[in-house]
Amino acid sequence: MMLRYLGCKPESCTNVHITPNAARRKSPLNTIAEAAGQAFGLVVAADPRLVGIVLLSLRISLAAVVIGCVIGLPIGAAIAVNEFRGRRTLTVILNGLMGLPSVVVGLVVYLLLSRAGPLGAWGILFTPTAMVIAQAILIMPTLAALSRQVVADAWQEYREQLLSLGETRLGAAATLLWDLRFSLVTIVLAGFGRAASEVGAVMIVGGNIDGVTRVMTTAIALETSKGDLPLALGLGFILLAVVLALNAGAHVVKETAQRRYG
Amino acid sequence: MKPGANARASLLPLRLDDVAFEVGARRIIRGISTTFDAGPRTVILGPNGAGKSVLLRLCHGLLLPTSGSIGWNAPEPRGGPRRQAMVFQRPVMLRRSALGNVMYALRHAGVPRAERRQRALAALRKVGLEDWAGHAARVLSGGEQQRLALARVWAISPEILFLDEPTASLDPGATHEIENVIVALHAAGTKIVMVTHNLGQAHRLADEILFVHEGCLVERAPAERFLKRPASREAARFLEGELPW
Repeated sequence: MMLRYLGCKPESCTNVHITPNAARRKSPLNTIAEAAGQAFGLVVAADPRLVGIVLLSLRISLAAVVIGCVIGLPIGAAIAVNEFRGRRTLTVILNGLMGLPSVVVGLVVYLLLSRAGPLGAWGILFTPTAMVIAQAILIMPTLAALSRQVVADAWQEYREQLLSLGETRLGAAATLLWDLRFSLVTIVLAGFGRAASEVGAVMIVGGNIDGVTRVMTTAIALETSKGDLPLALGLGFILLAVVLALNAGAHVVKETAQRRYG
Repeated sequence: MKPGANARASLLPLRLDDVAFEVGARRIIRGISTTFDAGPRTVILGPNGAGKSVLLRLCHGLLLPTSGSIGWNAPEPRGGPRRQAMVFQRPVMLRRSALGNVMYALRHAGVPRAERRQRALAALRKVGLEDWAGHAARVLSGGEQQRLALARVWAISPEILFLDEPTASLDPGATHEIENVIVALHAAGTKIVMVTHNLGQAHRLADEILFVHEGCLVERAPAERFLKRPASREAARFLEGELPW
């Protein structure tokens, strides 16, 4: 019966010596239960190393979201309200870049920041700053593409009124970003989710250095490869809980504000 | 402050010279030439699809004519403060307070920051919305939003106001309130150009009537005369077909 959990048919496992005890330890169900217990234990104990990892993860991803928003949202809004040659092409490219693989971003940022690279003199490779840069680049297309869509939809409704009042195109982009702030919350959360959950880019440009650049995702990857699945999964649970809590908070704010402002 | 009372040269008259507007092969406006002078309340009448709304948008600059020319006596400088305004069938309000919406319009009319609040409150009083100043504009009723749109106009006291069926989706009570504000705006010196297909409203508000049919300006006459004895066959048929007040 235990063998079934391992995905083996009993007859094909005849020459594999697995004691019932070993099989139980490796059962995925047990791993999940053990991981939940371990995660709980880590949280209750407020293990300082764990707290350090969680805080670093949050700091890096939040900084990346702020930078990504400051650059990405105005770009999205500007594309939405301006009519120019190549707008459609730009939109398609932007939408496509939402699927940018994080390892590719990591690699490019690595090449830029490495000693021999054009920005090597900054000396920030394998620092949290490099990780922020990589995550910001990763999520910027997502923020720009999704905000372009939201602003373009609203522009249909607002266009004549704003132009009639004497608003310029760029002024309209800024006005709309502020007016759509509650809808944009969801987009910003999507950006944060992508930043907090990616592992490839921060692994490459951060290096997963214990106590310096180790974040939740790189810690999970490391523990998995070390074979400590319960700890890896426990960290996963905590990551999920943090992201869920942030989303829930933002959702409540959004709902309340939307009821008030219509 | 009365619009036009200051030293700037007046926007009006507005001259349309053989203006046409086409979308693809469809000719929506077919060569209209006319002049809008300061003074009388002008109502543009015509059946649905005659091109009334498009004509209004061409005048206001929201659409550019495919041929012909539209010229103001002294055009507004590009990017300068607005001296003309338009009220749409469905007003669009920003997600801010009623007061904030009026102050937004004042900013674009080049009113100094220090004066905006005072003028916005005065405008809200004019349309009877002073108690709603702090309320979110988008949760107001349709009639209140349309009055807020007129408060936005009142605050900047433009030389000319275009209205595109401003009461089409309102009940008689709200319609009455809107018409009162329009009359007051005109009394304060703003030229009124309004599109409607409601004959009762035309009767109540019009000094002169432009009758538009299939993209052409068919008739232009004093309201009294037009509503009693239209000169053109199209206008006569329109007046018979429309349910009067």
